[in-house]
Amino acid sequence: MLRLRLTGYAVAQLFLSIVMIVLFVLWVVGGALVVVWVGLVILAGVVPTTRWIANLHRTMAADTLEVTLPSPYRPLPPEGFFAQARTVLADPMTWRDLLWLLVAPFVGITVSLVVIILLLGVVTGFIWWFVTPPLMQARARFDRMLLCYSRTEKLEQRVQELTETRADLVDHSAAELRRLERDLHDGAQARLVALSMSLGMAEAAFDTEDPEQARQLVRDARATTSAAIGDLRSVVRGIHPPVLADRGLAGAVAALALDMAIPVTVDARLPGRPPAPVESAVYFGVAECLANLGKHSGARNGWITLRWHDGLLQAVVGDDGRGGADPGAGTGMLGVMRRLAAFDGTLSVSSPAGGPTIITLEVPCDLSSPKTTPSSGPA
Amino acid sequence: MRLVLAEDHALLRAGLIQLLEGNGFTILHAVDNAPALEQALLDPEAEAAVLDVRLPPTQTDEGLRAAIAVRAARPGFPVMVLSQYVEQLYARELLASGVGAVGYLLKDRVSDVAEFVDGVRRVAAGGTVLDPEVVATVMARQREEPLERLTPREQEVLGLMAGGRSNAAIAAQLHVTEKAVAKHINSIFTKLDLPIDEDDHRRVRAVLAWLRV
Repeated sequence: MLRLRLTGYAVAQLFLSIVMIVLFVLWVVGGALVVVWVGLVILAGVVPTTRWIANLHRTMAADTLEVTLPSPYRPLPPEGFFAQARTVLADPMTWRDLLWLLVAPFVGITVSLVVIILLLGVVTGFIWWFVTPPLMQARARFDRMLLCYSRTEKLEQRVQELTETRADLVDHSAAELRRLERDLHDGAQARLVALSMSLGMAEAAFDTEDPEQARQLVRDARATTSAAIGDLRSVVRGIHPPVLADRGLAGAVAALALDMAIPVTVDARLPGRPPAPVESAVYFGVAECLANLGKHSGARNGWITLRWHDGLLQAVVGDDGRGGADPGAGTGMLGVMRRLAAFDGTLSVSSPAGGPTIITLEVPCDLSSPKTTPSSGPA
Repeated sequence: MRLVLAEDHALLRAGLIQLLEGNGFTILHAVDNAPALEQALLDPEAEAAVLDVRLPPTQTDEGLRAAIAVRAARPGFPVMVLSQYVEQLYARELLASGVGAVGYLLKDRVSDVAEFVDGVRRVAAGGTVLDPEVVATVMARQREEPLERLTPREQEVLGLMAGGRSNAAIAAQLHVTEKAVAKHINSIFTKLDLPIDEDDHRRVRAVLAWLRV
């Protein structure tokens, strides 16, 4: 059965080789005609077809070699022709596909013909029996070499990614520290100085026996104290919201939803708690989404879902507003993306004009303590 | 009035004891952690409790949980919860733990001694006292039926009721007569379809309807 299946692949690859030659020619023609726009149209059709054929060969190679070969393409942005085109052009795998298109048909036709003719030759059947598996495996290895990244290449890519996200994270932390310093300097610290001045003047007023003025100064001091406490409270919320420590992500997100001016429903089903840094990153991500929702969306209702399955934490924030949200427009969303990227997390926005806006935050992570934290209901 | 007090910071605890005892309360037990608080709340002599949300051992929301637990075990037991920060989520949980006799204030409100002591008394008498910060977030929210039917003035009055103010205090704040306040309140009761009941309970129910608990 194995040999017959492999021979089936040989037949399929023989015919696909012809398609691949045509595709390569179209690539060349499309590439040459890009200057007069027709080329773009041709390439827009050629690229997906190439990927489809390459994926077919990856599947066959994976089956022949009994391994799994994941699709190596960079994820495409959900919309925007030029954004997608940019991603495709920047993806090294696009160019490896092209090289493969050029070389693979010759290898493919040769190998496939040998296998098919050996079987059809009847008397050569015993040779076919012995030769088919190694030949087809060699073919599969050849495809894997060109169509999949090697271990070293994967590691190189990973190092590149980590270097970038780490640099972003360091920038982000430094900016956060500067913000904290400024908040404390302009807020609580300044108020405490004013407080000590009021108290000093009150002290002097007691000496000059002007109780009315002393009372007024003490009253001022109390008001300044309250303001200083308020400042500190908001700084603390910005560092690590107490409700997040108390109730975990589900409870803290429910608390955020309650503070919204429009009704926001929360449906959280997490079978445990994510690690604290992930919790914090996702919390601030959701908070940023909700802040934008409140400011720009014009929505009447919002909803949040929190899910975890197969090692992926997913938070979705949606609204029924006017849509058209651009994640690149403000610094807030970029900050959230950077923070999530440090955990290999992603943020994607779907916001067609007219709505609805749906923002998805995903972070791979494990959950601790298998206890349920249900928190749902209208807010 | 015999109180149980839970506060883990020694300075604040001493301050609260001094403040409450100076205003005619008796501190039955002053504790600094959750297990001791649970023990103290079992005391049948206790008439009300003033609790900090965050207590050892886990420094999260033990005080709040203890408040809800004691109100489940002793329905209507008056509890005033103090915290360094207020969350609507916690306000709702407290309000849902029984009708009235509950307060939720920022710790720094204690600095206005007269108002704080008045708040504790109101809670002990079955009233509801919510921090102005909680009230403000609710105020900012879009209204739904039947609250939409309230005039802006009536909404303002309802907000002050949620803060635990008496008719006289509301009248003073809004610069109107007490009679006018009573008229607004009656109109609120009618618009919210609240059954004829003891006046204090209707006030509490109006506040609950307003918070959509």
